[in-house]
Amino acid sequence: MREEAFYFFTSIGNYTGVSAASLDEFLQKIKDVDIKSLEFHLFREDFEKWISQTLGDDRLAGEIKILRNLKVSGNTLRDRLYFVLSRRLKELKGGVSAPASASSSAWTSRERVQP
Amino acid sequence: MKLKGEAAALDHLDLQILRQLQENAKQTYTEIGSRLNVAHSTVYDRIQKMESLGVIKKYEALIDSDKLGLSQITAQMTITTDPKETENIAKRLAKFAQVLEVSTSFSEELVILAKVVAQDQGKLHDFIARSIAPLTGVLRIRTAIVTKKYKEERFSPFARENALREKE
Repeated sequence: MREEAFYFFTSIGNYTGVSAASLDEFLQKIKDVDIKSLEFHLFREDFEKWISQTLGDDRLAGEIKILRNLKVSGNTLRDRLYFVLSRRLKELKGGVSAPASASSSAWTSRERVQP
Repeated sequence: MKLKGEAAALDHLDLQILRQLQENAKQTYTEIGSRLNVAHSTVYDRIQKMESLGVIKKYEALIDSDKLGLSQITAQMTITTDPKETENIAKRLAKFAQVLEVSTSFSEELVILAKVVAQDQGKLHDFIARSIAPLTGVLRIRTAIVTKKYKEERFSPFARENALREKE
């Protein structure tokens, strides 16, 4: 049992079988999880809550909130989510120093999720 | 009424009495007897025997949660599991107060079927996400929220009678 993990659902009570127990794992899982799941959790603010309450990263949670307010969906959502999370992960590992908002011009195709 | 192996051999009258009790367990022996055209003493004897044999396990009240002011939703969950963990998961589920029924089924794959109640959709989701999805061996969960119930019975005495007739 991984109580602190994030469990991906596509709708109320419908669990995909995909879970992530760390930011690293979360980043990997969002590449392939059903897009409906990303939309479901973003709308419910579940990502923000888990990142803030379980991972304790309020700044990253704030960036996810910006993404939610932009009302992106489909693969655009997947790509942007991947971008925001991977940038933060690199930063935490000492790779990137300056954060940028999810809607900024820092978004480049170079960093899109590879199919 | 004789015990045939593990199952009690019930005749047509026993099954009719069971049906009467299922419709209204507060009926008197006389009321049941007059409906079935038999003496109330016969009804009494049959019920006593069925109770002692454990055919009738208990009498319980069917409560309307809406009238109690406890609005709740019901959902049917189908949980796909790792076969090695199915029994453990089923036992864990059975311990939750929110879970009313748990059973296993094998069609294309081994699954657990469970009936769950919650105050609302949000609480249902929280319960499944926090208490069921994290259980070791849970591979996938499909949940259907019940919107309208057309019939609810636990057992049909006449299903057994029909099966016996087909054997004859």
